[in-house]
Amino acid sequence: MRSVDAEMAPQGLGRPITVEQGSFPETVWSEQVAWIDKIPRVVAMAGLLLTVLLIWWAVHHFEIVSRIILPSPAEVGSDIILVGRNILTGNYMLAALWMTTKEVLWGFGFAIAIGFSLGVLVGETSFGERAVLPYLVAIDTMPKVAFAPLFLAWLGFGIASKVALAAFIATFPIVVGTAAGLHAADENARMLFRTLGASRWQTLVRMKIPTGLPQIFTGLKIGAVGVMAGAITAEFLGGGKGFGELIRVAASQLQTPRVFSLILYLSVLGFLLFWSVVLIERKLVFWHRASVTGVDDRR
Amino acid sequence: MMQNAKPLAEQTVGHHLARPVYQLRNVSKSYAFGKIRALDPVDLDLREGSFSSVIGPSGCGKSTLLKIMAGVTPPSGGSVILDGKPVLGARREIGMMYQQATLFPWMTVLDNVLLPISIRDGKAAAKARHNDAQALLELVGLKGFEKVYPRQLSGGMAQRTSICRMLITEPQVLLLDEPFSALDELARDFMNIELQRICLSQNATAFLITHSIPEAVLLSDDVYIMSPRPGTFLEVVRIELPRPRTLEMMTTATFGEYVRYIRSRLDEGGVTA
Repeated sequence: MRSVDAEMAPQGLGRPITVEQGSFPETVWSEQVAWIDKIPRVVAMAGLLLTVLLIWWAVHHFEIVSRIILPSPAEVGSDIILVGRNILTGNYMLAALWMTTKEVLWGFGFAIAIGFSLGVLVGETSFGERAVLPYLVAIDTMPKVAFAPLFLAWLGFGIASKVALAAFIATFPIVVGTAAGLHAADENARMLFRTLGASRWQTLVRMKIPTGLPQIFTGLKIGAVGVMAGAITAEFLGGGKGFGELIRVAASQLQTPRVFSLILYLSVLGFLLFWSVVLIERKLVFWHRASVTGVDDRR
Repeated sequence: MMQNAKPLAEQTVGHHLARPVYQLRNVSKSYAFGKIRALDPVDLDLREGSFSSVIGPSGCGKSTLLKIMAGVTPPSGGSVILDGKPVLGARREIGMMYQQATLFPWMTVLDNVLLPISIRDGKAAAKARHNDAQALLELVGLKGFEKVYPRQLSGGMAQRTSICRMLITEPQVLLLDEPFSALDELARDFMNIELQRICLSQNATAFLITHSIPEAVLLSDDVYIMSPRPGTFLEVVRIELPRPRTLEMMTTATFGEYVRYIRSRLDEGGVTA
């Protein structure tokens, strides 16, 4: 930038800064942080876990609830090792875990395909938004596990009914996420694409979908949680050869330590599914750093 | 009124003699079956290489007018002619810029600049224009930022990138909707001078919407004053300051007189009420 010409600029308006001399006390101070917020994360998390385990142990030790219902932490711990061995040696529990994994993956795959397609229909077309969306909202408000007996009646007691319920539960958040994502593009971006003479397809693929990826992935993450719930619920109600069935049998025989350890391994499966989605999101939506929990790191 | 404008007028380029690029006749816009009038009939000739501004109160239909000119909103009546052909949709000859840079965060600066080519002619064509895009980035002082993503740019740098994106299609007409009003004043002054330099070097015809009277006077050959909604042009003020304009001119008496005059006309139009 050209500055004001020297001959045009008025001279001598500025002067050096002078302040009163003297001695002043240092006023360096630090902001107050509550002691509980100063604990390192690892210590805080471990401390919290230990506290829960201690309370659990105490409830068991003093027989505050019947020992038949609530096993000790030690009993659960040894059963976790037992189940872990069974899985690692490729025994029947590995087969059960694999069965549930298949249900979950197939269910998630269907949910993504159907949810994304419906989301584009609802988010992109006026017909979808006005005619299809009200029905989707109506179905979404229903308790979806209530549909489980229907899926069992229609698809039998095999893997298909489990996949169907898992997909059914996970589809809706993906529809909502996709539709919301397609609405995320602002007026300026839409205008720009219109002035460039972009086709509807170009606008969708090159602008609306990339813009909406953060919302689409929020839907996928909620769906990844729902798909686990769907598969396990269907196994509870319809038997089969999965992990849900093992949990149901263990619970009916009051093998509570086994129930706890099976849930733990099941949660590993859920955790892996959720984190694969998160990792793909980080790779694909590199410009948008969403925290996993949705809670902002800053206060 | 402008007694001291006369000698300066001799130095200005005679844009009012050049060929009209854009011609608007009786262009109006209304909604709800004519019940809501957004824009009352407007006539306008934009001559090749000229810089015109329109200034008016919020909601007077300036942006509507620009959208009609850009071919993204159909008018309710009248004719819009660009380069002898009616405007019935988006046209390649038009380049647009908005208050927001509207860069896409998943594309590098270079890919953002090449987006219009890539949309219109495909990715291969865009690739073939790499050097042109680089040259444009150099023109606005963004050399070396080709592979950077928009989130790393300042507001001014982002707007400079969007200037390049507007220019990559070599448009005849630049439609500018308050392009620098989101920038701080220092950056804004700088960008306005940059914009003038680009327009002069490309002989581009520019049409600017602004809220700033000094900005309109600084950049324009013609300043159109618009009435409140439903907007229409009240009058045009020809700014007869020599080119290239400089920021120092903003402190001159002539400049101040133009600003005062436009201000008074807007006040009479009930603009500040």
